[in-house]
Amino acid sequence: MSDHALEISLTVNGEPVNERVEARKTLVDFLREDLALTGSHVGCEHGVCGACTVRVNGEIVRGCLMLAVQCDGAKVETIEGLSDSGAIADLQSAFEERNALQCGYCTPGMLATAQDLLARGGVPTREQIREHLSGNYCRCTGYHAIVDAVEAVAQVRAGEKK
Amino acid sequence: MKIADSPPILTALDRPNSYIGRSVPRPNLQRLTQGRGQYVSDVNLPRMAHVAFVRSPHAHARIVKIAADAAKTAPGVIAVVAGAELATVMTPWVGVLTHLKGLKSAPQAPIAVERACWQGEAVCAVVARTRAEAEDACELVEVTYEEMPAVIDPETALDAQTPVIHASITDNLCFERKLDVGAVDKAFADSDAVVETVFNFGRHTGVTNEPRAVIADWNAGEQRMTVYHGTQAPHMMQNLFAKHLGLAEHQVRVLTKDVGGSFGIKVHTYADEMATVALSKLLKRPVKFVADRIESFVTDIHARDHRIKAKIGVNKDGSITAFEIDDLTGIGPYSVYPRTSGIEANQVVNLIGGPYTCPNYRAQARVVFTNKNVMCQYRAVGHPIAVAVTEGLVELAAAKIGMDPLEFRRRNLIPDEAYPAQSAAGLKFEKLSHHESLAHLDSMMNYAGLRAEQKKLREQGIYRGIGFASFIEVTNPSAAFYGVGGARITSQDGATVKLDAQGALIVHTGVTEQGQGAEAVIAQCMASSFGVPLDKVRVVTGDTDNTPYGGGTWASRAAGIGGEAAWQAGKALRGNVLEIAGAMLQARPEDLDIRNGIVVNKAGGAERLPLDELARVAYFRPDTLPPGFQAELMATRHYVPRAWPFAFTNGIQASYLEVDPDTGFVKLLKHWCVEDCGTIINPQLVDEQIRGGVVQGIGAALFEHCRYDERGQMLNGNMADYLVPMAAEMPDIECGHVVSPTADSELGAKGAGEAGTAGAPGSVMNAINDALRPLGAEPLTDMPFTPDKILRALGKI
Repeated sequence: MSDHALEISLTVNGEPVNERVEARKTLVDFLREDLALTGSHVGCEHGVCGACTVRVNGEIVRGCLMLAVQCDGAKVETIEGLSDSGAIADLQSAFEERNALQCGYCTPGMLATAQDLLARGGVPTREQIREHLSGNYCRCTGYHAIVDAVEAVAQVRAGEKK
Repeated sequence: MKIADSPPILTALDRPNSYIGRSVPRPNLQRLTQGRGQYVSDVNLPRMAHVAFVRSPHAHARIVKIAADAAKTAPGVIAVVAGAELATVMTPWVGVLTHLKGLKSAPQAPIAVERACWQGEAVCAVVARTRAEAEDACELVEVTYEEMPAVIDPETALDAQTPVIHASITDNLCFERKLDVGAVDKAFADSDAVVETVFNFGRHTGVTNEPRAVIADWNAGEQRMTVYHGTQAPHMMQNLFAKHLGLAEHQVRVLTKDVGGSFGIKVHTYADEMATVALSKLLKRPVKFVADRIESFVTDIHARDHRIKAKIGVNKDGSITAFEIDDLTGIGPYSVYPRTSGIEANQVVNLIGGPYTCPNYRAQARVVFTNKNVMCQYRAVGHPIAVAVTEGLVELAAAKIGMDPLEFRRRNLIPDEAYPAQSAAGLKFEKLSHHESLAHLDSMMNYAGLRAEQKKLREQGIYRGIGFASFIEVTNPSAAFYGVGGARITSQDGATVKLDAQGALIVHTGVTEQGQGAEAVIAQCMASSFGVPLDKVRVVTGDTDNTPYGGGTWASRAAGIGGEAAWQAGKALRGNVLEIAGAMLQARPEDLDIRNGIVVNKAGGAERLPLDELARVAYFRPDTLPPGFQAELMATRHYVPRAWPFAFTNGIQASYLEVDPDTGFVKLLKHWCVEDCGTIINPQLVDEQIRGGVVQGIGAALFEHCRYDERGQMLNGNMADYLVPMAAEMPDIECGHVVSPTADSELGAKGAGEAGTAGAPGSVMNAINDALRPLGAEPLTDMPFTPDKILRALGKI
């Protein structure tokens, strides 16, 4: 397989990474297998479930639909980085308090997607929250609690509630 | 009994600082929100190899030849193993239970030997350094098949001209049950009206977000097998791995940490997981298998796929006179081991008509073999089918005599004061609350107001529907479920608690966690009964070397059974600790209590001794305790329901939706569920079990269907074509509660995990039919209710 491997340099959660990866390897497999960042999960492997959602150059992407080699030179952020930076601490607390997760497998992707919506500012309606999360599959919660948690954080961030 | 939307007041459990009835957050959530959980798919071991399987492309085929030379020399390949070789390390199994009389099945091997019986059955394993290399080499394995006639349609599976799938068992009938109670024919003959229809339930599956995953690690030096397994029932799997590898149970350790969703999918024996364990034994190294999504669709158990001819008799006064059903279900080529594939049909027969007083009931259920993926128990086993059939009939009968559907139910539901009671099918109910639940739902949803809104909107050409489903739910199963049938699936569970040297509690429990909140519930019971703050309790689950022998988490048993064991263990340790405190303080233990982590005077509550000080003395200065006194700082208790075979719960759901008669699209507007699970340990967790369950049931009603063609090929084995409920289409779900504790345990808790899934499909079906009734549509009874079926019912296509 080494014939099909390429050198890539990128930043992952603020740390420089230089690795030789197979051209066919997806970003999420690279994060999980080569960097041991197992917080990004593999669910459907064809871009439907959103469990592998990570941030590349500030945009949320499906880690299963992007190849690692496409990330040469990119800035990648995973749930581990988002957690350690404190950027989504309020959202994580809201998910915990509202029990907006059960098995937790969808949660890293769900948090990244919710943060993407919240970063736009304002207080989205429940319909807008549901629409924005509609590419992230959760089998456990039925989504109601997730919508509650995201809505509550939006209200606090907008200064409407404490 | 009382409405309990605020925390219930529970005299027997009302200890100071009780956590019973409080919505405290689960203690294990931060590692999950930070992506620092440990699912089996995250685990890597030294020298670990990966297995991928070559799977049959045919529904039924003889395996003529497997040519694997090219695969064996492919990069990274460690071994290529077919069924015959694997049979040297693992014996086959047969999925039967003796209490399901006459149930039969054929021996199933971890990898097919000579013959593949469904599309997706593994016929050869390739083990390599990486999963990618294993999959590459699978492409190089050339299997020569001779296609055999496949049995696809359950309707013709028993016909004389249909080939028999397993020559060893004479026909394609797996199991049959008949029941005839009361005077059914006479009741129908005497009825003012009889309504008859056919209900169909599409085959669907669990679609856990984390696929099935297992790592087996045979240590030839220790002669021990360690299995990291995403399972609901570690001790059951320990028994099965040992049995079929020819080992003693103590030679097998099953470890289960985080599990990415289960819902009954991960409580069965899967051939590819058994093969992975056998491969580790054969190759003397760790082997990992994680199903990919297509493998999940063609090998995770499917469920439902029932065709039920059903009939109800009714009088003009609204009284139900009789129920009759004929159920047919096709379960694939094998009854799944060890719980069997006869349970769902058996449950359907048991549960039909269950909420109602009607004494006349006839049922027939036939379970037949087919050449499709296997079917077995999935969340709410049988309930969604039985509830949709019963409640579908109820609303059709109410419409037939022109009676309001809630009023119709009021006239037939078993009265709340009639307990203990028994259903026509023979189910024994300790205490249910159908009428109180209905009344609570009525006011919660403002039923009269919604009816007025519905009427007004119809005049504007907007078609909204309201549908209901009353239900009963089987929880807290005793040995009557599996044990009596000969399966080594324990119904009891245990908890061991120890006081550590700083006064905190470490609890080991036999129940397991897949997100339901079992760890939180165990911690709440323990903290309350012993007397410490919740943050002083650590719960350990999922390790057969260390936890008490237990059943795990399924059939809504973790809170009611595991919680009671924890409650009792906490009480026992409190007694032990107060003995020590009594010795240290020269007080009578019965005059002391433990509150908030401090030994206090029972009367008055004056603080006497912090637990960390007591632990320091007991562990490091036992020489200062009275001569002959031995401190016991660990306690174990077990619990199993004895007085009732099952703790039945009950409830009622309502769906409010809008159907677009031009497109056939259904828009869900709101959903309600009132449910009675006895004592509520954590109201938030109960509500979230219900909400998640409701949405799983909505998936069955509107979207989910494993579609097969006439050759037994699954047509939609991916998440783009198999639709699951996503956030945008789901409604908000309002929950309410009535509390009727079971007297079988001190806690009084029953289960809540199946309720949502049990009632949602029936209530959505009834709401769709309510919406379409003014348009003269034929009632829809064929799930899932896709837009094309709705347009057909309206005669538009």
